[in-house]
Amino acid sequence: MIYHLGKYILLMLQVFRKPEKGKVFRKQLFIEFQNLGVDSIGIVAIISVFMGAVVAIQTAYNIDSPLIPLTMVGFTTRQSIILEFSPTIISLILAGKVGSRIASEIGTMRVTEQIDALEIMGINPANYLILPKITAAMLINPIIIILSMGFGLFGGWLVSIVTNLFTSQTYIEGLQSWFDGYSVFYALIKTVFFAFIITSVSGYQGYDTKGGALEVGRASTKAVVWSSILIILFNLILTQLLLS
Amino acid sequence: MIEAKNISKFFGDNRVLKDVSVEFDRGKTNLIIGQSGSGKTVLMKCLVGLFEVDKGQVIFDDRNFSEMSFNKRKIIRKEIGMLFQGGALFDSLTVEENVIFPLSIFTKQTIDEKRERANFCLKRVNLKNVNNLYPSELSGGMKKRVAIARAIAMNPKYLFCDEPNSGLDPITSGVIDDLIKEITEEYQITTIINTHDMNSVIKIGDKIAFIHDGELWWKGTKHEVLKTSNKELNDFIFATELTKKLIPK
Repeated sequence: MIYHLGKYILLMLQVFRKPEKGKVFRKQLFIEFQNLGVDSIGIVAIISVFMGAVVAIQTAYNIDSPLIPLTMVGFTTRQSIILEFSPTIISLILAGKVGSRIASEIGTMRVTEQIDALEIMGINPANYLILPKITAAMLINPIIIILSMGFGLFGGWLVSIVTNLFTSQTYIEGLQSWFDGYSVFYALIKTVFFAFIITSVSGYQGYDTKGGALEVGRASTKAVVWSSILIILFNLILTQLLLS
Repeated sequence: MIEAKNISKFFGDNRVLKDVSVEFDRGKTNLIIGQSGSGKTVLMKCLVGLFEVDKGQVIFDDRNFSEMSFNKRKIIRKEIGMLFQGGALFDSLTVEENVIFPLSIFTKQTIDEKRERANFCLKRVNLKNVNNLYPSELSGGMKKRVAIARAIAMNPKYLFCDEPNSGLDPITSGVIDDLIKEITEEYQITTIINTHDMNSVIKIGDKIAFIHDGELWWKGTKHEVLKTSNKELNDFIFATELTKKLIPK
């Protein structure tokens, strides 16, 4: 564990250096915006809409007391989506999708000697391969999470249209009740941390791969497992720090 | 010229290279031969700096590579071209982009100049109409040729080839050998080839170093290699039915 932590820190010291050529870095950055961000919007949208709808239905079914207004459905859905579902659960999903992609891509480059080829050319491979991924994820993940929030709230609203559990008006009224902008700020801070965890841990797992196809698969699995564990851990730490 | 001086390399307690000292001449094809597991790939990786030597020095034309920092090594690395066993072409880039890649990083050439250089290098390795293909669309021999084109794109002073014939049929192997030999003589490159292909040894081995059990066991020329009385080398050279016919009477 300490051995890997040390290797991870040494790798990050290699990663956070001035890129060889700014133009090449910018090109890689835009490729990663596409690979890590834009390509994930579809799955994020589908999951967010359905989760928003489920949260709204469950909240509506659990409001038995006539003393609790149905506007609570919109309020609860909004709070659940913004505070926890979008930043944390979507980040866990991205750890699976993006993390495995990064680890297998870099791992395959390692076992097929493409990383050695970069090194022989005099290029810092860690910086060239991992820095654009970390930068791109930290910039684009907050946008994805804001989109997820929108899709989640939209999912809840769809329930009001297709069922008679509550009306569209009460749902929207609930969404607008007691809104605190800090909760969005808190969610985005978490997202940036999680983006760093996903890309750096997966980058490390891929970079550290030795062997062949089997090890690339293992690296990919380890990337997802470790990213997920660290996201859960840092979720607790950041929540305590930012909301207490 | 490249010199290896008393190089030793350990992996844990296992000493893989034992005080290897050998010189590789400019404008010549210098071959490192030996059985699988003898340490020749480790030696090559020590020479190019992919492995750090535990003892000894690697000298590139009077420049001590082993004692240089990462940044100072960059200057020498820009002078190195390397052909990997599997080609090590970048999967996500086309053939042309692969050849252009080092130029994009280290030169300020315009895209037209880079394309012109890429076309020249591809033509030099006898490849036509492949610029827009991806490595996955190429045959083994074509991949090797693209890798050679990428290796020579920056006009290297040193060319390292790790088992350039592995996985190739005898005819394509011959073509790759000829190409490396021609390029070495044409551009006066110091070329080092790791191989256990006896056809290559006899065809292009200007200088040969035989590594056995991590030690430099024998060195000489292709003319001397068939006449040696060194038992281990003889066992290695005349191991196949085909080469047995070459045993001097």
